[in-house]
Amino acid sequence: MEWETVIGLEIHTQLATRSKIFSGAATRYGAAPNTQACAVDLGLPGVLPVLNAEAVRMAVKFGLATGCTIAPMSVFARKNYFYPDLPKGYQISQFELPIVHGGHIDILLEDGKSKRVGLTRAHLEEDAGKSLHEDFHGMTGIDLNRAGTPLLEIVSEPDMRSAAEAVAYMKKVHSLVRYLEICDGNMQEGSFRCDANVSVRPRGQSEFGTRTELKNINSFRFVERAINFEVERQIDVLEGGGKVIQETRLFDPDKNETRPMRSKEEANDYRYFPDPDLLPVELDAAFIETVRGTLPELPDAKQQRFMADYELSAYDAGALTASRELADYFEEAARVGGDGKLAANWVTGELAGLLNREGLEITASPVSATSLGGLLLRIRDNTLSGKLAKQVFEDMCSGAGEADAIIEQKGLKQITDTGAIEKIIQDVLDASPKQIEQYRAGQEKLFGYFVGQVMKATQGKANPAQVNELLKKRLAGD
Amino acid sequence: MALDSAAVARIAHLARLGIETADIPEYARNLSDILAFVEQLDAVATNGVPPLAHPLEARQRLRPDEVTETDRRELFQAIAPSVEAGLYLVPKVIE
Repeated sequence: MEWETVIGLEIHTQLATRSKIFSGAATRYGAAPNTQACAVDLGLPGVLPVLNAEAVRMAVKFGLATGCTIAPMSVFARKNYFYPDLPKGYQISQFELPIVHGGHIDILLEDGKSKRVGLTRAHLEEDAGKSLHEDFHGMTGIDLNRAGTPLLEIVSEPDMRSAAEAVAYMKKVHSLVRYLEICDGNMQEGSFRCDANVSVRPRGQSEFGTRTELKNINSFRFVERAINFEVERQIDVLEGGGKVIQETRLFDPDKNETRPMRSKEEANDYRYFPDPDLLPVELDAAFIETVRGTLPELPDAKQQRFMADYELSAYDAGALTASRELADYFEEAARVGGDGKLAANWVTGELAGLLNREGLEITASPVSATSLGGLLLRIRDNTLSGKLAKQVFEDMCSGAGEADAIIEQKGLKQITDTGAIEKIIQDVLDASPKQIEQYRAGQEKLFGYFVGQVMKATQGKANPAQVNELLKKRLAGD
Repeated sequence: MALDSAAVARIAHLARLGIETADIPEYARNLSDILAFVEQLDAVATNGVPPLAHPLEARQRLRPDEVTETDRRELFQAIAPSVEAGLYLVPKVIE
């Protein structure tokens, strides 16, 4: 039987506020345990939550960027469950009336087609603390610094049909929240993590199969592996005559498998109800319009503009707009170098290769956008051949300074003076009578030998196009 | 709506309350009476009435995003049963 995979994702993004969603404690990552957990975060008796305006603004910003409806009134609810890193015994979340709902995100598939993934909703909630299960004399250690950190949980429709689509969607959301500057996107630190709802059904069937939920996946690579494993597992169960049990499963990247997290008897009953400590959040049109005014140029619009303004392919424009930092880098290099296409080739080619090798982000590039632009200028005015430019770029990477300084210092200037090249060609020909004879006898492959000799004599500095042209003329003429 | 013993046991478990088996029938009777009392509200026609999220007719006030709390870990941990390396220690939780 042919099976179809159905995937929906719940992405938790930590909002980049300074203070927590309901308290004035700091959210900075990496502080000593429990030094950023105040009485509200600890759930001590008598405390009251007060909502952070910035968290609301960021959620609305996300909603506006994805075509969501912004709820004129949204409500916080208590999600009740017991776990030591949740001291109140409930998480403040949103249930029936989330802050935004009903938008969409367009992703680019491998075959170059675009696909629209629906957003069910995005709601505000507080994060829980962290449990450390290492051995504290058989006890569990609890760090509540993260408790109360604002989260925006972005829930998609079950619109994805493969692990690759899920990854493309996750990457798009990741890029978007960073464009919007509402989340730092740091996956190692858990700022951006995802749960995947996965099911399979016979192709052609309209009802969904029973789904499982894969929890806490914090890398693009793991989401793909976890889903692929889970799909295979479900198909094996069904083809073996069994039934998929609706349950929460954890992905183990070391063993490359998923396994059940909570047993069936413990099936969650969260008993949501509106939090009496918090009033409904009402947003008026003026507030929403103010937030709309702060939206930056979004990735899709930027991609279209790059294609129009710089005559880039959809693929290149897509790659260059993957992050705001990369797009800014490219535009600065293109502005200084005065050539968008050339800048695109260098940023997606040499520079991307370098960053990839060194495992660096664009913001940590050893060559600044302005410096790369300076190098492009020297390519455009024929000071440097492509080969020499790569050499100069390597020197720039190892901190040798600006392109012009390196060219000056190493005497790398391309030789474009026809007279000078002709003289070198003459020297080469004078020294190669045998090769000339063979060439003229029909061994045309030897042309490459002459070019090589000329380039060698000039340490690669002769303009290759001129060398080719002059050599051809000379060999044909004599 | 009348609650049976199994429902009472389940509710107690969800609330992490330890109750004596012998007391379950009485809890079931009391809780059922409370539900019956509240069920009188079902007689009210609520079609077209938006659900009420809060009895106060007020909107949530928002707080500026400023860090106003300082580290008071020592004070808070003074009343904790067990701490180590800055962490609160609790009986081992295994997932």
